[in-house]
Amino acid sequence: MDLGGLLRSWPLYRQLTGPDKLGRGAAAQSPKHVGLRPRTATADRVAKSVCPYCAVGCAQRVFVENEKVVQIEGDPDSPISRGRLCPKGSASLQLVTGPQRLDKVRYRAPYATEWTELELGEAMEMIADRVVEARARGWQERDEQGRRLARTNGFAGLGGATLDNEENYLIKKLFTALGAIQIENQARI
Amino acid sequence: MGSNMAEAHPVGFQWVMEAKARGARLIHIDPRFTRTSALADTYVPIRAGTDIAFLGGVINHVLTNELDFREFVAAYTNASFLVGEEFADTEDLDGLFSGYDPETATYDRSTWHYEGVDPSGSTPKGDSARAKEQTQPMQAGGRGATVEGAAEDIVKDPTLQHPRCVFQILKRHFARYTPEMVERVCGTPQQQFRDVCEAWTGNSNRDRTTALVYSVGWTQHSVGAQYIRTGAILQLLLGNVGRPGGGVFALRGHASIQGSTDIPTLFNLLPGYLSMPDVAHDDLATYIDDQRAGGQKGYGYNVDAYMVSLLKEYFGDAATAENDFGFGWLPRIDGDHGTYRTVMDMIDGKVFGYFVMGQNPAVGSAHGKLQRLGMANLDWMVVRDLTEIETATFWKDSPEIETGEIVTEECRTEVFLMPAASHVEKEGTFTQTQRMLQWREKAVEPRGDQRSELWFFYHLGRLVRERLAASEDPRDEPVQKLAWDYETEGDGEWVEPSAEDVLRRINGHDLTTGEVLDNYLGLKADGTTSCGCWIYSGVFADGVNQAARRKPHDAQGPYEAEWGWTWPMNRRVLYNRASADPEGRPWSERKKLIWWDADAGRWTGHDIPDFPVGTAPGYVPPEGTTGPDALHGDDPFIMQADGKAWLFAPHGVVDGPLPAHYEPHESPVRNPIYTQQANPTRKVYGRPDNPSNPAPPEGGSEVFPFVLTAARLTEHHTAGGMSRQLPYLAELQPALFMEVSPELARERGLTHLGEAHVVTSRAAVQARVMVTDRMAPLRIDGRVVHQVWMPYHWGATGLVTGDVVNDLLGVVLDPNVFIQESKVATCDVRPGPRPRGAALTAMLDELRTRAGITTATGTRVGTAAGVAHVEEPATPDTPTHSPAATSEETP
Amino acid sequence: MTGRNRLSGPLDDVARDAGHLDHPARVGFFTDTSVCIGCKACEVACKEWNAVPEDGLDLLGMSFDNTGMLGANSWRHVAFIEQSRPLGHQDPGLAGLPTGPSGIGETVHAVEPRLRAAPRGGSELGTEPLPNAQDLGMPAFSRPGDDSGAESRTDFRWLMASDVCKHCTHAGCLDVCPTGALFRTEFGTVVVQQDICNGCGYCVSGCPYGVIDRREQDGRAQKCTLCYDRLGDGLEPACAKACPTDSIQFGPLDELRERADRRLEQLHGLGVDEARLYGRDPNDGVGGDGAFFLLLDEPEVYGLPPDPVVPTRNAPQMWRRAGAAAAAFALAGIGAFVSSTLGSRR
Repeated sequence: MDLGGLLRSWPLYRQLTGPDKLGRGAAAQSPKHVGLRPRTATADRVAKSVCPYCAVGCAQRVFVENEKVVQIEGDPDSPISRGRLCPKGSASLQLVTGPQRLDKVRYRAPYATEWTELELGEAMEMIADRVVEARARGWQERDEQGRRLARTNGFAGLGGATLDNEENYLIKKLFTALGAIQIENQARI
Repeated sequence: MGSNMAEAHPVGFQWVMEAKARGARLIHIDPRFTRTSALADTYVPIRAGTDIAFLGGVINHVLTNELDFREFVAAYTNASFLVGEEFADTEDLDGLFSGYDPETATYDRSTWHYEGVDPSGSTPKGDSARAKEQTQPMQAGGRGATVEGAAEDIVKDPTLQHPRCVFQILKRHFARYTPEMVERVCGTPQQQFRDVCEAWTGNSNRDRTTALVYSVGWTQHSVGAQYIRTGAILQLLLGNVGRPGGGVFALRGHASIQGSTDIPTLFNLLPGYLSMPDVAHDDLATYIDDQRAGGQKGYGYNVDAYMVSLLKEYFGDAATAENDFGFGWLPRIDGDHGTYRTVMDMIDGKVFGYFVMGQNPAVGSAHGKLQRLGMANLDWMVVRDLTEIETATFWKDSPEIETGEIVTEECRTEVFLMPAASHVEKEGTFTQTQRMLQWREKAVEPRGDQRSELWFFYHLGRLVRERLAASEDPRDEPVQKLAWDYETEGDGEWVEPSAEDVLRRINGHDLTTGEVLDNYLGLKADGTTSCGCWIYSGVFADGVNQAARRKPHDAQGPYEAEWGWTWPMNRRVLYNRASADPEGRPWSERKKLIWWDADAGRWTGHDIPDFPVGTAPGYVPPEGTTGPDALHGDDPFIMQADGKAWLFAPHGVVDGPLPAHYEPHESPVRNPIYTQQANPTRKVYGRPDNPSNPAPPEGGSEVFPFVLTAARLTEHHTAGGMSRQLPYLAELQPALFMEVSPELARERGLTHLGEAHVVTSRAAVQARVMVTDRMAPLRIDGRVVHQVWMPYHWGATGLVTGDVVNDLLGVVLDPNVFIQESKVATCDVRPGPRPRGAALTAMLDELRTRAGITTATGTRVGTAAGVAHVEEPATPDTPTHSPAATSEETP
Repeated sequence: MTGRNRLSGPLDDVARDAGHLDHPARVGFFTDTSVCIGCKACEVACKEWNAVPEDGLDLLGMSFDNTGMLGANSWRHVAFIEQSRPLGHQDPGLAGLPTGPSGIGETVHAVEPRLRAAPRGGSELGTEPLPNAQDLGMPAFSRPGDDSGAESRTDFRWLMASDVCKHCTHAGCLDVCPTGALFRTEFGTVVVQQDICNGCGYCVSGCPYGVIDRREQDGRAQKCTLCYDRLGDGLEPACAKACPTDSIQFGPLDELRERADRRLEQLHGLGVDEARLYGRDPNDGVGGDGAFFLLLDEPEVYGLPPDPVVPTRNAPQMWRRAGAAAAAFALAGIGAFVSSTLGSRR
C-alpha cells in the first residue's frame, strides 16, 4: 500500500472527504470489516448430513475447512426441514467439536477407583476375548424339555436408536451368529 | 395427544403452524399446558393415563350419532365382519374379554375370531403366554397378524346391523364412554370434550381430513399399544387413514429409532419385522408355517421369500436348500429377553457382559437404580459414546455410592469406555419418523480413538471369528459361516468397512445375475436372492443409493419423491389405495392422492401407489388364491390377512380385540368404568427390588396421592448425553425442576424456586420448584387430583447435574410390546432437600411400610381374581443389592 | 457538518446517510411473536455462528426463560410470559377446572430479586406480575379476576418472544461511540467492530433498549451484528435461518413492514385484538427499528420500553461532547492505525 492508499484507508480522512460526514458508516468501517465473508463461503467442502437428535430428520450442511468442521446449519433444500433447525440441531457444531468429546479409550479395571488409558487395538483384543469367554460361559444348548436353544445369555447389548441402519444391521447379525439374543434399544423404551 | 410436538419436534411443528396459517384448527390434549398448547387453538386438559377413556368417548359420539364415514368404513374396514358366538366383551365380563386366565395373566384368543374362522390355524403353536412373553404383536407389526383362510369370504353383514358384526360390537363396547364418564375419568369438562368431538367429526369427510399426532405420551403406558389402537379405530371410522391430511402420526424421538425398529437391535425381531425363531420352530418350514396362515391375503404371506433371502445375506453360499438355508444356526428365544428382564438377570448374576452403544440407561431407562445395580454386578461392560456418560461412571458417582449400595472398591465390573464417531464422522443412513432413509456423507475423519459402530462391530466380528476359526464345536459354525465379507477401505489390520456396501446388501441382490434388486417383489424363497431387510429393498434400486438423493423440495412434485427414500418402495402415504373410493375415484377433488387410470389400466397419482399397480378396483381374484394375488381391488390394507383395516382385532393384540380404559398400574383412583382396575395382562415383575406403589382397590394408595408424569424439554435430549455436556444447551435449562400448580404448592408448602423432593416407593428425587398455572388440578370422580411434571434429562455428569427422574419409576410393561409405563406413576411431594445416605434408605423403608407395600403389591393384575405374580426369590448365591429385600416380606 | 444528517425522526435511507452511496436495500428482522414456540433455536444458532460465550448456568424461575435478558453473551433472548389473560379466541382449557386463585405470593418473592438484579431485563416474570413493578420503572398492572378469589382462573396464555438488537434508524449506541467502533453498514444495520472498540462503554448508556453490553472478559461492547459477515454472502442471519416456525423473518425492511401490516390485519380479523406492532413506526423515538416486532401485549410485559427515545434526539450538547471525544480518540488513533497498518506489512 502506498502512502496515498494508506491515507485513503484512514477513517478520519474518509470521514472528512467522503459522504459519511458523521463518521458513523462507510468512513468508520475498519479494513477487516470491508468485504467480510462468512466462513461458510471459505469452507473447503460441504458434506450433506442429517441432524443426530430427534427423528424428524432435518437435513444439515456440514462445512469443513482444513479438515475441521467449522459450521453446521440447516439444508434449505430439504422438504422435511427447509433449512431450519431446533436449538439442539443448532448446537450440532458444539456437539461435534466441543471439548466434551472423548478421543482416547478409557479403562476401568475391576475394583479400580479411577480410569486408566488403554490402546485401542489392545482394548479390541481384550473385548473379543471377553465376548468369547462370556458366550461360552452363558451358553444354553437345550431347554429343560430338550428343545434346541443354541444361544448364550453370557452378554447383552443395548443401543441402536442413535446409530445408523448399517451399524444396527451388523450388530444384530453378529449377535445372532454368536447366539446372543439379549439385544435391545430405545425403541423398546 | 400424548405429544408435545412444538417442544419435542420443533422443526416438524413448522408444518402444523403452516396448516394453522391456512385455517386448520389445532387442538392439544395433554396433562399440562405446554409450548404446544400455547400455540394451539384449543388446549384440553386430561389426567395422565386416561386417553383411551377420552378417545372411547369420541368413538361413542361418532357411533351414537352415526357420524362415521360410512362408505369408507363399510368398504375398507372389518366393520361388517361377524365375530364368533363365543366372544364375550368387557361389557359382559366387567372389564375382561373372554378367554382370560388369571394364573398366567394372558388371554386365550381363540374366542375372538371371525365367525367360521379356524382359530387354531391363526393362533401360532404354543400358548398365549408365549405370545405375551415374546411380544408377538410387535413381531406382527410389519406384516399384519395371521388369520386362517382370510382370503376367502368372511361371513359379513354389509348393512352393519347384525348384532355380532364388528360395527355393532364396537357400538355396544363404547356405549358407556359417555361425556359424563369422560369427565369422571379424565377430569376433562364435558363442554370441552363435546367441543373436541364436534371439531373432529366436523372436519372428517370426503372433502376434509383430520390428522392425529402422538408420541411416547401414548406408548409409555401399561396399555400403550391399545392407546394407538383407539386412535386408529377413531381415524378409520372417520375415514382419516390412507388419505392426504389424515393419518395417525407417531413422532419418534431419536435420529434412527425407526431404523432400529425396522433393522432391529431387538430381542424378538429379525430385520423387516421377521420374528426371531423360538424353541417351537424345529426347522424353517415350521417357522414359516407359524408366520403365516393358510389361505390368507396380502404381502405378509411371502414371509418365506423374505426369510430365505435374509439367511442368504447372513450366511452367503453356506446357506443352501439342503441345510435349510442355515436356519438351524439361529438362536431360539423362549420368552422374555427384553431390556428390563436382562437387567434383572444381571442383578441375579446370569449375565456377564454388556455392550451399551449411544444409550444411557443409568439415566434414561425406568428404575435407574435397578439399571445401575445390574451394571455393578457384571464382569465387564463396553460403553460406546461421544462423551463420558453416567452409564460409564456408575461405579464412582451413582446415587448408590452415597447409600453404600455400590462400593467402588468392591465393584468388580470392568469398564471399557470407547469414544464413538459422531454423525459427521461416518457415513450411513438414519431412518426418520416417517420411514424415510436419508444418507449422510462423511464430513471429516474422527479423531484419536473415535470410531464408528460399523468399524467397532466389523472388527469385533473379525477378531471373534479369528478366535473361533479352528473350532470344531458345532455351536461355532454360524460364526465361521457368517458372511462377513463387506467391502473395506484402507490397508492393514484396521480397515474401514463400507457402509454403502452394507446398505447395498440390505437392499439385496439377484444371486443368479449379481444385480441389485429393485424392490422386494423380486425376492424368492429358493435361495436365488439375498436381502438383509425386505422392507428396505429398493433403497439401492437401479444400483443407485436412493437414500442419498437430494433434489431440492422446490424443484419437484408435492410429495418430494426424489428426496431420500421411504420404505416400502418409496411410498410416502401408507395404504393410499384408501384415498380413492372402491371404484378407484378420489373421494373428492380436494383430497385426491392416487386413483385408477382405466385407460392405462393402472393406479396413478401424486404418490407411489401402495397397492398392486395393475389390480383394477373391481378385481375379484379366483377362488383358492393366496397372498398378494388374493387381494381384491378394494382391499387397501395390503399387509392385512383379510385386506381390511381392523376396527376389531381378532388376532395380533394380546390384551383385547378392542381397547378398554384401564387405570395406570399406579393410580390414585379406582377405575370408574369397570371392576377390572388396570390392564389385566400387563407385564409385572414382582420382585423385592421392584416395588410398586399401591393402587385401589389395594390399600395404602393415599401415601402417594399425586399423579407423576415426565417428559422432555426442547433444550435437552433424552438422558442428556448429547445436551447436558454442551454449554449452549445446558445454560438454557440449567437445573432439574418440577412443575406444580399453585394449589399443590400451597397444599405441600412448596416455594417457587425452592428445593423440594418427589418420592415414590423406589426413590426420592430432589428438584427446584416451578409453581405455574400451566399445571392445573383436575376433579376426578368427585375428588381433586394434582399432577406433578418433571423433565428427566439430568444425572451426575455434564455441565449441569441433578437427580435422575427415572429413578422414581418401577418396571411394569405393556404386554404387547414390553414398553414400560413411564408416563404415569403416583408420588408424594415434600418441601426441602431430600434425605441422603442412610437417611434416604430409612425414609423409603418407612414409606413402604406405611403404604403396606410388599413384593406382591400391584402384581394382582386380574382385579377380581387376586392372583399375585411374584418371582421366585433369587437363588442364595446370587447377590441381592436392594435394601428392600430386608424390609419387605415375600409372600 | 451535521447539516443534512439527521439524528431523529423518519429517515428514508439510513445507509446513504452513513455514506454508503451505492448500497443494497436496508434489511432487518420482523419477529412475529404470535408464532414463536419458544424453542430458543435462535439463541443457540446465534451463539454457534458468532462464537458467543455461555452466559451462566442459573435457573431463573422466570417461566422457561433462563437467559434473562440481552447482554454481551446473549444476543438473542427468548422471553416467556405466563398470564391470566385470553389469547384471541384460544380456549386455554381452564374453564370448569377446580382452580384456586392463580399464582401464589412465594412465586413473586422468589423472582423479584432476580428482576432487581437485572435492571435492564425482565419481562413479567414467572407466573405472577410483580405487584410493585413501579419500583423498577415499569407500570404495575393487574389481571382480570385477580381479586375475585377462588375459582377465578378462567383465562391463561403463555407468550413467547425472541428479542434482539433493534438496529435503530437513529442508533444511540452508534451516535455516542467515540472510536468509530460502531458503524452503520451498507445494509443499514449497526455493527460493533471488535478490532476498534476500546471498551469505553459510552454505547451502553446510549442504547434506549438496554441491548448493547460490555463483555466481562475483554471489556469490549457486544451485540447482534445481524450476521454482517453472512449478509455479505447473501445469506440470512443464523437466528432467522434456524427459526422453525418463521417467527423471526429476515429481509428488506420495506417488505417486512408490509408483511407485518398484513399479519396484524389478519390477527385482528381473527379476534386477536391485542396484537400490535412495536418498532414499526418511523415516527417513534428512534426513527423506527430495523428489527421490529408483533407483540400480543404492552411492550413492558416483554421487558421492552414502551416509548424508547434515542438519547441524542434532544441532546445536541451530548453529541458535541461525544464528537469531541471521538475526535480526540481519532487523533490518538492515527498513530495506532498507521503503526498497525505498517506493522502488518512487515
